[in-house]
Formats: sequence, structure tokens, C-alpha cells
Amino acid sequence: MDDTPILTRRELLKRVTLVGTAVAIPVRLVTIERTPADVAALQGVNAAPAAFETLTAVEGETLQAIVARLIPTDGNGPGATEARAAQYIDRALGGALAPSRNAYRIGLAALDGYARASRTASFAQLPGAEQDAVLRELETDTAAGFAGSAIFFNLLLTHTIQGTFADPYYGGNANFVGWDLIGYPGVRLAVAPADQRLDTRPAPTHQSAYDLAMFSKKKPARARGGAGDHDHAG
Amino acid sequence: MPVDLRRTDVVIVGLGAAGGVAALPLAQAGLDVIGLEAGTWLRADDFAPDELRNNVRGWPQAVQKANREIPTHRPNPAAPYSPRAAIHPMMNAVGGTTLHYWAQSWRLNPWDFKVVSATRARYGASRIPRGSTVEDWPFGLEELEPYYDLVEREIGVSGKAGNINGRIDRGGNIFEGARAREYPMPPLRGCGFGDMMTAAAGTLGWHSFPGPAAVNTRSYQNRGGCVYHGYCARGGCHINAKGSTAVTTIPKAERTRRLTVVTEAHVTTIVVDSNGRASGVNYIKGGTEYFQPASVVLLASYVYENVRLLLLSTSRAFPNGLSNNHGQVGRHYFSHNQGAPVSALFPRNLNTWYGLPAQGVAVDNWADDNFDHAGLDFIGGGNLWVYSDRRPIGAAGMSTFGRAPRWGAAWKSFIKENADRANTAYLQKTTLPYEDNYLDLDPEVKDPLGYPVCRITADYKENERRVAAFIQDKMAEWYRAAGAIAIERGGIGTMGPTTHAYGGTRMGDNRETNVVDRWGFSHEAPNLGVLGASVMGTSGARNPTLTAQALAWRTAEHLVKSWKTIAS
Repeated sequence: MDDTPILTRRELLKRVTLVGTAVAIPVRLVTIERTPADVAALQGVNAAPAAFETLTAVEGETLQAIVARLIPTDGNGPGATEARAAQYIDRALGGALAPSRNAYRIGLAALDGYARASRTASFAQLPGAEQDAVLRELETDTAAGFAGSAIFFNLLLTHTIQGTFADPYYGGNANFVGWDLIGYPGVRLAVAPADQRLDTRPAPTHQSAYDLAMFSKKKPARARGGAGDHDHAG
Repeated sequence: MPVDLRRTDVVIVGLGAAGGVAALPLAQAGLDVIGLEAGTWLRADDFAPDELRNNVRGWPQAVQKANREIPTHRPNPAAPYSPRAAIHPMMNAVGGTTLHYWAQSWRLNPWDFKVVSATRARYGASRIPRGSTVEDWPFGLEELEPYYDLVEREIGVSGKAGNINGRIDRGGNIFEGARAREYPMPPLRGCGFGDMMTAAAGTLGWHSFPGPAAVNTRSYQNRGGCVYHGYCARGGCHINAKGSTAVTTIPKAERTRRLTVVTEAHVTTIVVDSNGRASGVNYIKGGTEYFQPASVVLLASYVYENVRLLLLSTSRAFPNGLSNNHGQVGRHYFSHNQGAPVSALFPRNLNTWYGLPAQGVAVDNWADDNFDHAGLDFIGGGNLWVYSDRRPIGAAGMSTFGRAPRWGAAWKSFIKENADRANTAYLQKTTLPYEDNYLDLDPEVKDPLGYPVCRITADYKENERRVAAFIQDKMAEWYRAAGAIAIERGGIGTMGPTTHAYGGTRMGDNRETNVVDRWGFSHEAPNLGVLGASVMGTSGARNPTLTAQALAWRTAEHLVKSWKTIAS
């Protein structure tokens, strides 16, 4: 079987600290600028106002703005905003991702501080192109005064992808927008030969694993203090 | 002082792939067996198809004892330690890692048993890489064949034979050694992507075939056939189609009423008497320490814990660790050369969202000594394996093959088009043991009980690097023949904790270089047996589990036949 390495955040920090500057990733960005009205139209419905469980309101607002740039809402459909990736991260920071809570406290404040110092506005208030530039500077460790910014950027990107493509049970991938974006046809308990043909795309099932009666009694915890939070055991 | 328990005939430390198999022939022979397992029972409804929990957050390994004892790693004694893995590669549970493994159930090829003599004969002694401590096994494939056969039937292995008593069948692996009969079940079904790769192998003149798997393809021994739902890797089977020992040999042994399973039993030491014989084991359960006396001890945890428990079990007779008076415990360690992957991007949807890692297509033309190495600068090779297994978080994290950034609108556009158009091959390659690759106790890092964890000192050598480069070329060739428009090669990495670890208690006739004899019993403490891949001296180019299981059955059968000699 494979040996996909799973690292603690602390190890990730160590590893990235060691090599981070040496592996600056070349980035070509082609962004599609849209007005808020365009975005609202694409979303179909307005995202519910954020109520954060773990993050402060200010942190939550900054995080919302970040995920909206990492996986934007555009002509290719809904993005991390509609998936509620920020809400997934917020909830997980009170549970399975609790070891990252402090990194978010420090990192979000540093990011916002950097935006204000270099662009004279909070990150959330910057235009999209400027937000992208800030994120790119974090990613490439070129944000003056923000040591270790690439580590924090990688954490944000990893968690935003989780929040957009994980089982909706965890609070992200709302309305299966992540799975629909990449054409994942969804959880099926049995798969027919016809569902494994080339060039086909089985119809999406749009169900969570825990919608299935068989697994509904052994749900993993989603946030702090829940029973059966496997990620805290041991 | 530990609480003394009633004596038993055999105590097995660890009820996973190997211990879970050995329990059956012992119990069937009427021996009283206590199976000590650090984990708990897990059931079908524990195995939800949940990528975040299973694959990203490392459940169920994360809840287990092993996860508090993750080995440390350094490539060599002068190098800094590698970042410590957060998740142990294996898990504790009744059935162990057979619950959530890929279940690929290969027999080794004939060459793997005689690497030294066959290399000398064909290419000359100088072709054995410098510094390697590789030896021939004390027996050949034909000795292990009956035990492979027994295990294939007990746990239920599906596949297609390529060589039945010397008669070659091109439907199976034409390079495999002779087997007595066909697999008990036909192979897992093909899929569109697999058929495409099969056709491409044909255009190259290579022989491709479906791989063997401990996965039912029809109803077998009251368990149903695979339903290809896509969450087999690190997930466990929700219908028990996977032939884990937790649903095959262990319950069957329990039904004899000779096997008693003790869960959440944390073994700390193997106890040795004044004559240098193993007298039982100490374990902790629920905060209480127990001593389980036994006539015979079978050590069947994973490679790292087998070595660690021996080294921690010091006594007057064995001041440097049990069975270590020749300094061989922890030596001849190697981990499978599974790195150096190759990924490909195709101009069409592959639809590999479903299936399982064992549902795939193999090419063995470039494995072992199946091709002429006369003009090459390495020995051994690799098995090429492509399969249908893809989940959304993993797909979203795919390489963009240099065609897009890794976030933002351009990335989103790329991923929307290509999430279902990439594939990564699994390339298992020959790895040899070397003088300076070994396991010992970490001088600083301890587990919560205060015992040192296992330390790995190991790195790939020139032979492994050359094999990897050669095999990556072959895989790229195969993908291109199938129409790939972009190819990406990954690095070989280093030799940190892995699911494919070998050695440390190697099996062989020479007690100066091996810990256990040809039957799997200690050269130094004759009533101590060792099970698992820690006894294997070569890796082959394929998954180790079935070989570890065949060896475990053979060791158990030998114990039954030699009970009076070994137990008294």
C-alpha cells in the first residue's frame, strides 16, 4: 500500500522552515475579476451570514476573504465561499484541527497586518487583484516582516481544499459544490461495471457517508468536546 | 509485581496479518492459544466512506497504541533526523493492518529466494552491490508454495494463475513460479482505464495481467463479493469482502474454543527464565500489569515493534536484548522502494473515482530478474501497477503538471477539466539489505510508558536509485503508449517508517547473521518464534503480506509438529 506521509502541523512547520525558501513555487496567475453583483448572481443564493464557532469575527472575515481568492467564485461555478470552506475550518479548529488554532491566530493577524502595512487597507477590504498579490507574497515568502508566511499559506490552502472537497458532514462542500466542480460522482455503496467506463460520468449521488443508515451511528466528532473524536485520542 | 495469569500453551503477541493467521493451525491442532492484541475489534460499520477521516486524518491508525511509538528516522548516523511522522503507518486492531490495507496478495517470484546465487550464476559475484548483506533464503519458493496455497484459500484470494505446475497461462503472470492450482476466486473485474492500459501494454509487447487480491470477487466463505465503492485504501470494508484476518482466520480459530483474544493488551516485555528460555510476556491492560506464562511465545507485531520488544527484553541470558547475543536483532533492515512514482495526464476522463487499489493491471516484465541485466548497472527491478482509486480531496491536490498555478481561478479551471484525467502508478522495486541500514532503540525519544521508541537508520543506495530510474522510464513508456499528454516523475525519498518494512529478525541457517532459523524460531531462545516480514531477507517487487502470512502458517505448523521439542 502507499505511504502517503501524514505530518503534524509542527512537523510541517519544521519541514517547511528547512526547505521553504528553497522551493519557491513559480506561480502564473490568471484571475478573472468579477464585481460583487456578478458573484451574487453566480452563487444563485447569497451565502448565509457567517457565525463563527472558534474564530473571532475579525479572523472569520479575513478567512472568508482568503478562501474566496484561493478557490474563487467565477465562470467555472461556485467556489470555496459557497462550499463554506471557512466555516469548515472554523469548526475544525475547535476539534480535529485544534493544534492549528494558534497558527491561525498569529497567521491571520500577521496577514492582515501585512495587508494594511503594504496596501493601507485590511485584507478583506482590498480589491481581488490586490488580495491575490498579498497571498502570492505569502506563498513565496516575500511578505516583508511576515516570517514563515509560506508555511501559513500552505496551511490555509490545505484546509481550504479540505473544506471544499471533504464529505459535507464536516460543514464544508455545502450542497456538494466541490464534488460537482471536479465531477466526483459521490458516495455509492456499490458500483456497477458501467460506472467504471472511460469517458463516462455517473450521475452524482449528492449524499454524505453519514446519510447512510449503516454509518449514522458512528459519526466522528466535528468539533471540540464531541464523543468519538478520533483525532484527539492517543 | 504483575498479576500472574494461568499458563497457556502459546501466547501470540499481535493478532494482525501474521499472528492472526498463525492462530488458526495452532488452535485447530488443539493447542491453547492466547492472542494479545493492542487494539480493539472494529466492525463493518466502522468503515464509513469518509476520505477526510480515513485518508487525510489517518483514522484508524491515529487511535492506536502504535501511534504513540512512531519510530524516528535518520538516513545515516551523521545526518539530522527526518521530521517525525504524525501517524504510524500501521494500525492496532484485531486483524491489524489487514483491515485497511490494499489487500494485494502476491507470492514472491522464484528469484527473490535466491538473489545471491542466481546473480552470481548469471552475471558474476561482482554484481552483488557493495555493502549489501543480502543472503539466499534457506529454502526456495517450492518450500513455501503449499503455505501460500493454504493461506490463499483461508483468507480468500482472487486472481488468475500464470503458472500451474509449469503450464504457462498468459491470462496470469507468466513470470510467477509454479503453483499447484488456480486461485480460489477469479480476479477483480476490469474497468475502462485498466482496459486502456492493457491495450497499451500489448502495443509495447509487454505482458499485462490482473493482480491477486485478498478481496472476494464472489460470495466466498459466507462473505460477499467486492462492490468497488472506492474507499478500500485505509478505509476497511463495509461488507467484509476484504479477507482481513479479523473476518477469516481469527474468528475461525475462536470457534475451536482454543483461541482466546485479549484486546487492548499492551505487551511491554518478553520474560526469559534462568535457562534462557522465554517463559511468557508482561502486558498492561486497563492500568494493570499482567504476566502471561506460556510454553511458547510467538512475536507477531510489526517489524519495528518486533525489534523493539526484543531489544527491550533484556535478561541475564540476553543482556543486549532477547535473541541478540550475536548482535543481529535490528540488522538487515530494509523498507520497500515504493517511492519514485510516475504520474500521467490524459486528454480524456478516466473515471477512476470508484474501484480499489487492488483492481488494476500489472506488468512484471521489468521485475526481479525477468529481463537480462547484462548491460545494466543494477540487479532487480520493479512491478508496474496501475489501478482505479481516486477520491475528491486527493484529486483536488493533484499535480497541475506545470500547466497551472496551485490556487486561484486558473487552478480552478485546470482542476475542473482534469481532476479525473490523471493517474499515478504504484511501482514496487527491489530493495536490498545493507550493512549500515538498521534498527535500534532511540537514545532519546520515549513512548508514554518511558520505553525508547524504535529508531530507523536507513537510506536508499545506488542499486535502489538505479532501479527506480529504470522503472520510471518503463512506466513513462507505458503511459505514453496509452496516450498520456504529460508525465511527471516523483523523487525516491528516504526510508522512514513504512507499511512495507522488512528484516530486523532475519531468517536463515547461519546464526551469526540471522536471528531466526529456517522455521522462524530463535537461534538463541528455541521456544521463541517470530512472525511477520521482519524474518524476510529480500523484498521482491511486490507486497509482502501474503508471504508473511504463508511463513506464519508454516512456523505454526512446524510448532505443532515439533511441539515436544520446542515447548519443553
